[in-house]
Amino acid sequence: MSAEQTAMPPAEAESGGQLLEVEGLVTRYPVPRGLLGTIRRREQLHVHAVEGVDFSVGPGEMLALVGESGCGKTTTAQTVMRMVDADEGRISFRGQDISRLNHKQLRPLRREMQIIYQDPYESLDPRYRVRDTVAEPLLIHGIGASAAERDALVVQALVQAGLEPPELYLDRFPHELSGGQRQRVAIAAAMVLKPKLLLADEPVSMLDVSVRAGILRLLDELRRDGLAIVMITHDLSTAAHFADRIAVMYLGRIVEEGPAKEVVRTPLHPYTKALISVVPKRDPRDATAPQILTGETPNPVHIPSGCRFHPRCPIAEERCKTIDPELRTPGSATTPQHRAACILA
Amino acid sequence: MSAGTPVLSVEDLEVWFDVPGGELHAVQGVAFDLYPGERMGLVGESGCGKTTTVLALMGLLPPNASVAGRVLVEGEDALAKGEESMAPHRWRDVAMVFQGAMNAFNPVKTVGWQIVEPMELHGIAAGRAARKQAAELLEMVGISGSRADRYPHEFSGGMRQRAAIAMALACNPKVLLADEPTTALDVMVQAQILELLVRLTEDLGLAMILVTHDLPVVAQVCRRAAVMYAGKVAESGPIETLFHDPRHPYTRMLFQATPDLYGDDEVTSIPGAPPRLDREVVGCPFQPRCDSAFARCAHEEPRLREVGDNHTAACHLNDVPAEVAG
Repeated sequence: MSAEQTAMPPAEAESGGQLLEVEGLVTRYPVPRGLLGTIRRREQLHVHAVEGVDFSVGPGEMLALVGESGCGKTTTAQTVMRMVDADEGRISFRGQDISRLNHKQLRPLRREMQIIYQDPYESLDPRYRVRDTVAEPLLIHGIGASAAERDALVVQALVQAGLEPPELYLDRFPHELSGGQRQRVAIAAAMVLKPKLLLADEPVSMLDVSVRAGILRLLDELRRDGLAIVMITHDLSTAAHFADRIAVMYLGRIVEEGPAKEVVRTPLHPYTKALISVVPKRDPRDATAPQILTGETPNPVHIPSGCRFHPRCPIAEERCKTIDPELRTPGSATTPQHRAACILA
Repeated sequence: MSAGTPVLSVEDLEVWFDVPGGELHAVQGVAFDLYPGERMGLVGESGCGKTTTVLALMGLLPPNASVAGRVLVEGEDALAKGEESMAPHRWRDVAMVFQGAMNAFNPVKTVGWQIVEPMELHGIAAGRAARKQAAELLEMVGISGSRADRYPHEFSGGMRQRAAIAMALACNPKVLLADEPTTALDVMVQAQILELLVRLTEDLGLAMILVTHDLPVVAQVCRRAAVMYAGKVAESGPIETLFHDPRHPYTRMLFQATPDLYGDDEVTSIPGAPPRLDREVVGCPFQPRCDSAFARCAHEEPRLREVGDNHTAACHLNDVPAEVAG
């Protein structure tokens, strides 16, 4: 029996079938004040990157975190992965709160939660052959007693990532691979540890249209095999097609969350409605009048009062300036799983 | 649609790059007409020659490139005498918004100064008049004219892209070449920029070529598109026809590879990769990746020919009688 099987903690600890549960997550970054600012004790400002985010993902499920740049989707993911420390909130992974664990305590958990990045041209070491890139995580986590044993795991991971026959790829360098193949190598290097949760940060946005579908279908297959996936994307069409659920973020909050098809077909929050109206449609006959919001997302240092979307909201009322709406299922929703943070929904 | 005379006519455009160990035939006989006020999409995967094509129209190819064919700007061949015939048209008749233009501003000069510069270089206006025009151009793209004396870092990404468009319009061109103008932008900002481009073509009678890999963007903005593959136009026609009745498998497969917000059909990638253009391609360049290729495709190259109203395609399938193709 190989070491990686004995090291697995028991799965019974999972609560209610959810692998990852995030509650009230808050992550803020201090804005540098400079020396003078510090001496003069100027007020310390913060970038409110994540301001009270709740979500959960179960095994075999794909959740898409969707939003514009600066909405906090990447910070949310980084906080969940404990690459950034949360200021408040609870991150429960397999029933265990990991938000306060230290580096040493986190180590065995790291292999169960893996991440792949946007740019496969940047995320692979150019001096490493595919074999070494994929074997590296095994060495770090001390998996596999011999080089031969590790090689077998590497080959298995390459096959799983659709790089077949694996012998063709083992000794190649990243520059000898196409963008799609590189992203597959990155996926193999994540999957070689047999993680339970995969975080995919814009996994296809750097790739050519013709190969995107292949990577997304690979993620879909891994999901079917029981992997939980959190995919960060700015592309609603991709999210609608591949995710089970979509969470739309705006200025550090989830403003709408629900089954992917519901969110896209019957959006409840005015922000989601506007976003969906401006997504270019493939069929020219589907083109609708885009509802273009003016201006850009406000600076997350100074979050608007009340509902954070009210200054750009086309239907905002006076009370929206004071009431900070919570994420709930409004009467207009067709399923209880569909929630929106809008008092007018 | 084909009323009047084209503002830009491209005939048999060829571009070769000298590369170590030979030549790379990047553009192979591209031809199209562009009429005033028309918006045409130029789509395809990276490396298909779409950016090279528009750079050739501007005479801005690197020194290792050689060009052949004709680029008629209002009837005058801009390629005839090299730089001498190209220079009078560049920026004045044909202008371009480059890929990543919003990140290409000089950080130590004000945005207004950078719009005034091409006007002065081309003798359009100078001094106070030029500064006034720069402010007006900024207003036209939706930026307050008073921000002309701001520096690029004081602008957001979307605003810098607007300013890049204003800069391209500085010499009042007739044709705007926009190379991936919204690729790095968020959807809402993308929508703002696309709306601006559509408005400019309508208000100024400006013709536009939109270069992008994003078919839905073309579907939203353009009425007509040319799909490029391996340096050639594989299919060209009205965008609705390309989507509903594609006559080249590459066009169909490109649409199938694009997820749609409302689409329920399976999204499938196109296997393989485009051929290397530094080697001779025998037969149809798409044949190794095509799901409908047959014996003839491997050795005989299909010619681009008329398959419908304003609709051309380069595929042998269009020769097969309907009952055989079944």
